[in-house]
Amino acid sequence: MIMQKKAPPEDLRIGVYVCHCGANIASKVNVESTRDFAQKLPGVAVARDYKFACSDPGQELIQNDIRELGINRVVVASCSPQLHEKTFRKACADAGLSPFYCQMANIREHVSWVTSDPVLATRKAKALVAAAVRRLAWAKALETKRVDVHPDVLVVGGGIAGIHAALLLANAGKKVFLVEREPTIGGHMAQFDKTFPTMDCAACILTPKMSDVKNHPNIHMWTYSEVEEVAGFTGNFKVTVRRKARYVKEKLCVGCNDCVEACVLKKDKVQVPDEFNVGLSRRKAVYMPFPQATPACVVIDPEQCLQLMKGKCAQTCVEACERAAIDFDQTDELIEIDVGAIIIATGYKVFDARRIPQYGYGRFTNVYTTLEIERLVNASGPTGGELILRDGTLPKVVGVVHCVGSRDRRFNPYCSNVCCMGALKMAHLIKERTGAEVFNFYVDMRTAFKGYEEFYDQILSEGVQFVRGRVAEVTDWAMTEEEKGKLIIRVEDTLVGVARRIPVDMVVLAVGLEPQADAPEIQRCFNISCSNEGFFLERHPKLGPVSTFTDGIFLAGACQGPKDIPETVAQAGAAAAEALSLVDRGFVEIEPNTAWIDEDVCSGCKTCIPLCPFKAIKRDEERGIAVINEALCKGCGTCVAACPSGAAQQNLFTDEQIYEEIEGVLSYA
Amino acid sequence: MSGLKISRRIRYQEELDLDFGKEVAAAPGGEDLYKCIQCGTCSSTCPVSVYMDQTPRRIIAMTRAGFKDDVLASNTIWLCSSCYSCSVECPKSLRITDIMYALKQKAIAEKVYPKNLPIPVLAKEFFRSVMKTGRSNEGRTVARVWLKTNPMKILTQAGLGLKLMRRGRMSMKTERMSSGHDQMRRLLDAVEAARASRRPH
Amino acid sequence: MKYLYYPGCSLKGSSRGYEESILAVFGRLQFPMEELDGWNCCGATAYMAVDEVKALALAARNLALAEDSAGSEPVSLVAPCNSCYLVLSKVQRYMQEFDEIGRTISQAMRQAGLRYRGDVHVRHPLDVLINDIGIDAIRQQVVEPLKGSKVACYYGCQMVRPYATFDDQYNPTTMDDLLAAMGAEPVPWPLKTRCCGGSLTGTIEKAGLRLSYILLREAKERGANVIATCCPLCQFNLECYQRQMSAMFGSEVDIPVVYFSQLIGKAMGIDDRALGLNRLFVPLKSASAAV
Repeated sequence: MIMQKKAPPEDLRIGVYVCHCGANIASKVNVESTRDFAQKLPGVAVARDYKFACSDPGQELIQNDIRELGINRVVVASCSPQLHEKTFRKACADAGLSPFYCQMANIREHVSWVTSDPVLATRKAKALVAAAVRRLAWAKALETKRVDVHPDVLVVGGGIAGIHAALLLANAGKKVFLVEREPTIGGHMAQFDKTFPTMDCAACILTPKMSDVKNHPNIHMWTYSEVEEVAGFTGNFKVTVRRKARYVKEKLCVGCNDCVEACVLKKDKVQVPDEFNVGLSRRKAVYMPFPQATPACVVIDPEQCLQLMKGKCAQTCVEACERAAIDFDQTDELIEIDVGAIIIATGYKVFDARRIPQYGYGRFTNVYTTLEIERLVNASGPTGGELILRDGTLPKVVGVVHCVGSRDRRFNPYCSNVCCMGALKMAHLIKERTGAEVFNFYVDMRTAFKGYEEFYDQILSEGVQFVRGRVAEVTDWAMTEEEKGKLIIRVEDTLVGVARRIPVDMVVLAVGLEPQADAPEIQRCFNISCSNEGFFLERHPKLGPVSTFTDGIFLAGACQGPKDIPETVAQAGAAAAEALSLVDRGFVEIEPNTAWIDEDVCSGCKTCIPLCPFKAIKRDEERGIAVINEALCKGCGTCVAACPSGAAQQNLFTDEQIYEEIEGVLSYA
Repeated sequence: MSGLKISRRIRYQEELDLDFGKEVAAAPGGEDLYKCIQCGTCSSTCPVSVYMDQTPRRIIAMTRAGFKDDVLASNTIWLCSSCYSCSVECPKSLRITDIMYALKQKAIAEKVYPKNLPIPVLAKEFFRSVMKTGRSNEGRTVARVWLKTNPMKILTQAGLGLKLMRRGRMSMKTERMSSGHDQMRRLLDAVEAARASRRPH
Repeated sequence: MKYLYYPGCSLKGSSRGYEESILAVFGRLQFPMEELDGWNCCGATAYMAVDEVKALALAARNLALAEDSAGSEPVSLVAPCNSCYLVLSKVQRYMQEFDEIGRTISQAMRQAGLRYRGDVHVRHPLDVLINDIGIDAIRQQVVEPLKGSKVACYYGCQMVRPYATFDDQYNPTTMDDLLAAMGAEPVPWPLKTRCCGGSLTGTIEKAGLRLSYILLREAKERGANVIATCCPLCQFNLECYQRQMSAMFGSEVDIPVVYFSQLIGKAMGIDDRALGLNRLFVPLKSASAAV
């Protein structure tokens, strides 16, 4: 490792400011002796201690020294740079000193808050101060760069979250790309029949918004599309979107469904389970996702269509279409767009109840999930809104099981938030449509938000039977004559204090919410983090619910964690505001911690090039060396660590700075 | 006198023993005792909970809260057949079967169980047979248990016993382990010694 | 891989038929399996109620003996009794998971002159038959398919709970698959793993007998004419109290209860006495019993 020993500047006048932070630091660290120690270090012109360095007078103290004592480097020994590096850098800048001549030594989080012995604490504080002083000698007066922010915004996911965010941004005058994977926007909310607690019809409140999205001049609604690649950085994302082939010309199709009528796949057994109806009905190869699909355009499934799979079909659909909209020659389209901010609103999927064999889902014909019931009671669902059993009869007794797959260490340890309300809604709808006796089996009743407790009141008044006990098993093993032919729910009625067997005709499982199956791919594509359970990780659980650790990328809705519609809409608004804040400001300031290649040292070995996660390094063929694109570099340090000749260096973390810091710690620790 | 029988039930905090819960939680398998959310799945799936005076869920609640006397006096811990259904179904993965074993051990150690309850007697006779011969010797062991708890059973079960004997499925002969009896006894004594040496002084 | 056979106390006593049929079947399959020399009682559930560590130590001795006899070869210790199978598996895991238990027992074993590594594979014969020998090899030995046998396969608790290593915890099928290959018709039924009552049938009869009674009743309800088991206590509970149950619960229960290995042996044409079928309370009238 070649290290050219350079000499530090001669006119160093370092000011060291040791903060008491009230009693936070001072109660453990002897600030006076640290100050005295600092005064004696080479290059230090003045050393002071102060009660609260970050306060106005504290900052003025530093600024005065800069102006009057010619201090040209500043060390602030106080709290974490996370908290106040910006503060002190700004203070220096305001006094005319480069903010990058300011170095912090963390003697609070790293010393006084974690060391119990005051003697050891003081010693450590001194070592850190010495390290900072030595490091500072090699600081460069770097410039933050300002990069313009592209005004367009990408919203990924066309459910209620994406729709709401897109409309807000579009109304603010921004151009929005709304990319949705399914052939229609609407998400899960479009599948619901009614929404709690008001029992508003979901379609009635959603479809106007869907229509607004479609008709908004500022929104490019790209359905049946997916984000393939994301490059760039905050304010300047380059996104590649794949617009999948529908094999139907969207501009010509008016959604008359004649082609669907005509499709040759008429027999049940060749059709496929309809995704929108959660598999309760079947669809043909060409289909309209649901009657209010937006855009109102059919789509052809390339894995079902005989023409697309085998090239052999009578093509009755083409014949039936009066607008010649069907086009089997269509191909996927890859489009590159530039955006300044991205909002991820990719939603959730429901827990697969087959994972709990004790409940008999998939084994017993009349065990359903809440999502399936939503489709059954929906007027445009597979049974025209009739809540009937598989044999067509009305159920007389129904059991609704709470906490399916949630609050369970074997599946999802978290509470899915919305299922209690959803299960109460089920009870209400089932009673309303069938007059059946309904039993809800719950563990805790989670009805915390506005109007929710009142909804619980209402359901109680409707005479729904509530049994507090988690259902262990749904079985067809009958113990009496009355139980024969029914599904029996065995449960401990914990409140009454007795075991019960309750025969029912239909079981409804209140399944929990989970991240989408491809959440890990989305995570990697956008370079964001996930929490333990797989939901996307917010920057701060309390104060940063819609931003991520990747600047410029925001989250909205259930992809961040299970939540109901009001919370989703609120988050969508918040994410739109954050995106607007970034985009309207118009610029971002880049921390100048980028890497550069010393041309004289680089041997052109190409080790660094494939290692860069941001593809910022390219080979200059003429000169036979590597060159870093500063705009793309995010300062991760990988190339610097990998470079065998030390040609790759990083601003704010040069070899000299790091070695000096180490020396400082080791000499005095 | 009025024919309405009433009794007063209340528990004062001084009657409860909060250390009881901590001791059970410290036993192997008891570590998640405090995580129970009282959902009732264990009671629901337990095949004998219908006979218990306190269901498994209640036993957990009472153990945590320090209702030591009630827990050790319940019939629950003796009815548990160690089928492990509760442990497998519990959403918080409590090892309820192990907790039941810990409670059984406590009840036997403190001699709190109904008179003539065969189960603790069976456990002790079982162990005596194993100590002596290395085998459980079902026939002899069960006979000794009945002698101690309910001698009438020897008569009532004689028919079953004879049927088994005629089919060669039981004998009063003592079965012994083929070798290593000494080693086994040394092992059990060494366990006792190892435990004593590990106990904090 | 060396295979050692751990009979457990019951297989030498009340369930001799299980040992006889297991050894006969494995013998016919020419699968070498010698009895573990010097084995002691595993402790089962009884002593766990008094002293957990001593109970586990008893079981651990058998594992140490097994390791010792195999030298450096990996060893599978085959335990047909569900209870022995569970306790032997449990002690391995608990010694690793709980420091106190691990160190106490290890220390004691060293003092008694036993070496313990903890790498014995504790196996159930169903596991070995399906996974090590394979259904095809077994099917080849069939000379008298069990036509007409509608068998309800009863697995009991401790083979699948709490550790389900070779079969599904809620709906095990290894026994069903084996007996189907023998020509029998396994009857699907929901109580495959519901507790038979264990030792309660002898101590708290009302509770224990009812549990076994429910199993018999449902098996018959589903059309079974024979029940196959893989645990000595389950077989005993289901078979030997049928008269008492009929009296107590007022309905006739009369169905043969055999070990799965006895049915396999029958299909292989092995003589009834060799399989211990003469020891049954409820005779298996013929392999194609239609009661």
